[in-house]
Amino acid sequence: MRKRALVLIIAFGLVLALSLLNVWAQQRGETYAITNARIVPITGPVIERGTVVIRDGKIAAVGRNVSIPAGARVVNAQGMWVYPGFIDSGTTIGLTEIGQVAATVDVNEIGDFNPQLKAIVAVNPSSEIIPVTRVNGITTVLTTPRGGILSGQAALINLDGWTWEEMLVKAPVGIYFNFPTIASGRFFDPETFQPRERSFEEARRQREERLQRVRQLLDDARAYAKAKRAAEAGVPEGNAANIRDRQPLLVNPVLEALVPVVEGTLPLIVAANNDRDIKAAVEFAEEQKVKILISGGLEAPKVVQLLKEKNIPVLLGPVLSLPRSEDDPYDSTFTAAKQLYEAGVKFAFLTNDASNARNLPYHAAMAVAFGLPREEALRALTIYPAEIFGVADRLGSIEVGKVANLVVWDGDPLEIRSQVRHLFINGRPVPLETKHTQLYERYRNRP
Amino acid sequence: MRDARAFAARVWSMVVSFLLLGGSVSAQAPSSGDDVTLIRGGTILTVTRGRIENGSILIRGGKIAAVGRNIEAPPGAKVIDARGKYIMPGIIDCHSHIAIDGGVNEGTLSVTSMVRIEDVLDPTDINIYRDLAGGVTTANILHGSANAIGGLNAVIKLRWGKTAQEMLFEGAMPGIKFALGENPKRSNFTPPPGTPRRYPATRLGVEYTIREAFTQARNYMRQWEEYERRKRAGENVVPPRRDLKLEPLVEVLQGKRLVHAHAYRADEILMLIRLAEEFGFKIATFQHVLEGYKVAREIAAHGAGASTFSDWWAYKVEAYDAIPYNGALMARKGVVVSFNSDSAELARRLNLEAAKAMKYGGLSEDEALALITINPAKQLRIEHRVGSIEVGKDADLVIYSGHPLSVYSIVEKVFIDGQLYFDRETDLARRAEIQKEKEALKARERSAGRRPEPRGRPPEEAVTGGVEHPLSPRSGKEVRP
Repeated sequence: MRKRALVLIIAFGLVLALSLLNVWAQQRGETYAITNARIVPITGPVIERGTVVIRDGKIAAVGRNVSIPAGARVVNAQGMWVYPGFIDSGTTIGLTEIGQVAATVDVNEIGDFNPQLKAIVAVNPSSEIIPVTRVNGITTVLTTPRGGILSGQAALINLDGWTWEEMLVKAPVGIYFNFPTIASGRFFDPETFQPRERSFEEARRQREERLQRVRQLLDDARAYAKAKRAAEAGVPEGNAANIRDRQPLLVNPVLEALVPVVEGTLPLIVAANNDRDIKAAVEFAEEQKVKILISGGLEAPKVVQLLKEKNIPVLLGPVLSLPRSEDDPYDSTFTAAKQLYEAGVKFAFLTNDASNARNLPYHAAMAVAFGLPREEALRALTIYPAEIFGVADRLGSIEVGKVANLVVWDGDPLEIRSQVRHLFINGRPVPLETKHTQLYERYRNRP
Repeated sequence: MRDARAFAARVWSMVVSFLLLGGSVSAQAPSSGDDVTLIRGGTILTVTRGRIENGSILIRGGKIAAVGRNIEAPPGAKVIDARGKYIMPGIIDCHSHIAIDGGVNEGTLSVTSMVRIEDVLDPTDINIYRDLAGGVTTANILHGSANAIGGLNAVIKLRWGKTAQEMLFEGAMPGIKFALGENPKRSNFTPPPGTPRRYPATRLGVEYTIREAFTQARNYMRQWEEYERRKRAGENVVPPRRDLKLEPLVEVLQGKRLVHAHAYRADEILMLIRLAEEFGFKIATFQHVLEGYKVAREIAAHGAGASTFSDWWAYKVEAYDAIPYNGALMARKGVVVSFNSDSAELARRLNLEAAKAMKYGGLSEDEALALITINPAKQLRIEHRVGSIEVGKDADLVIYSGHPLSVYSIVEKVFIDGQLYFDRETDLARRAEIQKEKEALKARERSAGRRPEPRGRPPEEAVTGGVEHPLSPRSGKEVRP
């Protein structure tokens, strides 16, 4: 009888110790080793039959002759490929669930100027779109508000985490700026519910008015920055007489958000597709001395010299879209990436999607089919966006010290037929289950 | 004066785009049907009869005259070297809205079976050429989905450069568009201020709207039968008043017109199956049919086809349970499945959409290719003419640079009825020349002091406002299905 109790106590103690060990291990982060893989580090040559060791969420070792640490969980990737997770440089993931159900969409705020809005605080970590996207090898996305003229602050997020804080890679990455376009011609007037015609002159005037308001706001931000610096610096010595004139700075969140923009440390992510708008945006940036990225840029090849000269990167896409103009060549969107590459303009791919951002690799693939070197396409899915967004020290390649966002593919990730076999985000293995696989399993077994 | 200028600008832009994009190819295309062409030395994906390595296809009079390994070029035959290339049947898009002049929806009534897409075909729509360049040779041009019973469709071949009449797929069975769920009940549509809501506003009302229309159609059919009977009996009878709304529905009841029913949810799919069975007709295809996998057994038992997307989902509530395994699941349960585009853009790469059925659900290569060739042909009842590479069928063929299920392959040549309608080489070769011509035209306009109004892009607000098939001003194409 006593013996049985003793056994029970020992067993209980063992279980306790094991679970404590487990908690400790989880907190420290497990160690994993992906072995026997063809590793594509992006920033270096392909490693045949290599090993990647993951520890504490980071890449601890990579190479051909890497020893597997004791206690590491081993993923045998015989015959498979390891790539860094892909980065989609423009989505609304986390901010939208069902496109036509307004209650589930947090993309377009009221008002034209909302630079203070932070995408990151509204990212829904439980969105079904997140697993669906990551199981096709996309581990990181830029998510942005889209409303008005200055839409808000874009956030770079990893597609795994219990909270948006855990998902966060970097925010803000830039402020989304719908560059006012010259929209002449027929349009649907929501006020009258009728189509109507807008003349070129009217459209140009409208654009100029809108730009003028942006200029005004940036001027205000500069004045605000100056006032802020003055307030922070305090009253110069020997000037005590003026002490009662000292005004505490009245914090203005809208202008506050634009301070890093006017100081040139945070870019405006300028949504512009046609060449005329891109050109105007570049001129605007010069005039205002602000940093910009072009987002969209489907007609960027027409102003490629300008972009090269001013060293402005393009977040390009969606490649899988129709030519912008009736008399563009039928393949103009497919060849855009190649033309940027040949002119030496840095670019990264985006889908401007949420639910089907999973198709990001196929946007890049189409660019390859139409002349972009495959290696360049892979860089534009990984290291180039990481560089553009200032996180190349953490993401975009398989190198020691970087975040372990790793995808094990059974083939070429740009080919549709290839499947993801293992997925790591922040060094944690992520299950390949999604709403879609669940429904599939349920209904394939319907009697 | 203003009008004249606008007209001149439009003509100018049409001339430019015609010259730029297509005039070249179709101008060169032979018009006689007696030409003989031999495509030699490629990998032939017949879809229905396997794959022939290093095969040849002989085309005579617009038809496939021979397929095989050792075919000699008859004297005078044009020979096309396809070594290293892949040849497959022209893609058939079972749901498209290209080539429609103006809106795709006559959205005023819930039953608009009196209107016809055939009357508003625009053969100059540049999307015809773009989709042709993606290997599409036949498309089912459908009315929109605003109404429970929509307008009549037109099946066309993408004979770029020909007239609207010449694009019609001669002998194709006529059809009609139905629509269930959110669109006909206008869940995502804000009516203009001051206007009343349109009946129906529920799925119940959609069922009733269709039931009511077919009740009327059946009565109307009986009136005519009665009239014919009495006339045959020698009575002096007055014919019933013709009803252009009910006539197409009578054709549905008589099995002479195909129903293409836009549907999403499992319940509404089942509803229409049962309603059709009650009235004694068949649904030819369910379109979109994103929850088809939930009722695949019932769809198969009814004998309807399913014309779906590979992976679109979550754009509205009724698309929230859509899964990319849908196509494969339905196919496995015996449904004839096709992948459509419903989009001029997606239509340019339906071959890659087909590949997704291999990724999601594990279809074989031939099964995947069937989704965009022989299966839609069956759904449109034109499989005796197109959809596979077989002797006697129309020579609608696509030559790819590599395997069409690979992302790295591109379309190089497209034949319809044995004639070359798209040739990438020619397209590329003419670009510089056409650009020069365009600049010259522009310069002339400028020096004459004329300035054509640039055609604006459809502004975003036009798209976001009236969610279901809003008028996109330029193309009138559907924005979201």
